[in-house]
Amino acid sequence: MNNTRKESLLTILFAFLKVGAFTFGGGYAILPVIRQEVVFNRKWVSNDVFADILIITQSMPGQLALNSAIQIGMRLRGISGGIIAALGVTLPSVIILLIIAAWLYPYYRDSQYVQAAFYGLRPAVVALIAAAAIKMGKDILHGIRGIILCGILLAAAIISQAHPILVLVAGGIAGLFFCREGCCK
Amino acid sequence: MSPVIVSLFWSFFKVGLFTIGGGYAMIPLMEAEVIDTHGWLSAAEFLDIIAVAEMTPGPISINAATFIGYRMAGVAGALITTLGVIAPSLILLLLLARVLFRLIQNPGANSFLNGLRSALIALILLAAFNLGQAALIDFPTAAIFILLFAASLVKAFSPLYFIAAGALLGLIFFPY
Repeated sequence: MNNTRKESLLTILFAFLKVGAFTFGGGYAILPVIRQEVVFNRKWVSNDVFADILIITQSMPGQLALNSAIQIGMRLRGISGGIIAALGVTLPSVIILLIIAAWLYPYYRDSQYVQAAFYGLRPAVVALIAAAAIKMGKDILHGIRGIILCGILLAAAIISQAHPILVLVAGGIAGLFFCREGCCK
Repeated sequence: MSPVIVSLFWSFFKVGLFTIGGGYAMIPLMEAEVIDTHGWLSAAEFLDIIAVAEMTPGPISINAATFIGYRMAGVAGALITTLGVIAPSLILLLLLARVLFRLIQNPGANSFLNGLRSALIALILLAAFNLGQAALIDFPTAAIFILLFAASLVKAFSPLYFIAAGALLGLIFFPY
């Protein structure tokens, strides 16, 4: 780490509160904002360190924004820094969604216009999910092995109706035998 | 603690623990827990909550966890689901970061993750298909899906455009 200055926990908290409160569109939209904030604005970590953080972020369980925030917090102030960074990135979501779930949603749910908006939003969300699968497939599946494995797992998931966790673990184990020379990126 | 609080925590802990690679990876897990296993929400309600989670700032799965937790058990439910979904990240990164970092550099771990990602794509496709049955209920909704899905193939638009377009088209075509 090239940073010897000790950042205060409050500074870390505010940096990530800002990220959590003003970034729309989920993980892949939030990562560039975090990078701007911690690499360029605050110079907490170098671009190379941020690239390492991204590799861990994407190979570990959890949300992308949260995982990268925790690692940056830890680099600055150890475990307490990690916890504070996680709090910063989570708190705005909790407050905003509580306001919506407790007051706005029950009040407006039965409005005809809200019903109409959700009537169109549902297929839009399904389109987003399908688009995400296609985009991930293009980014990740390279070569015929990955595509075949994906097809077999899809068929197995449909036929067995297994819980997604089982399908993920089965995919991982199949990968140990099947993807050694890289069926994916 | 009431049983629902415990099952909310455990369900969202599993979602957090098996969401690898972030983003929409959590959709099939949350769908399985919230709709199939526990029947807490209908598929249409789940899609509504994902739509709200998309249009509000912050990570989508944390937004969705808070909303679903509140629906099920009020403020305590919201806090417990949020804690559940972030707990695996906190535990793994704070306590085991060094061990895990060494582990993922191992070629075997790489093969495992590659296979897991293939499974993930299959699961997200399947989730789109399952949830589509609750969303694509007539001609206009099918048309909205096809239009937006086709647009996504042409260019990587921000999800916010999809949300804005979906809401607008819904207002126009809803069978009032």
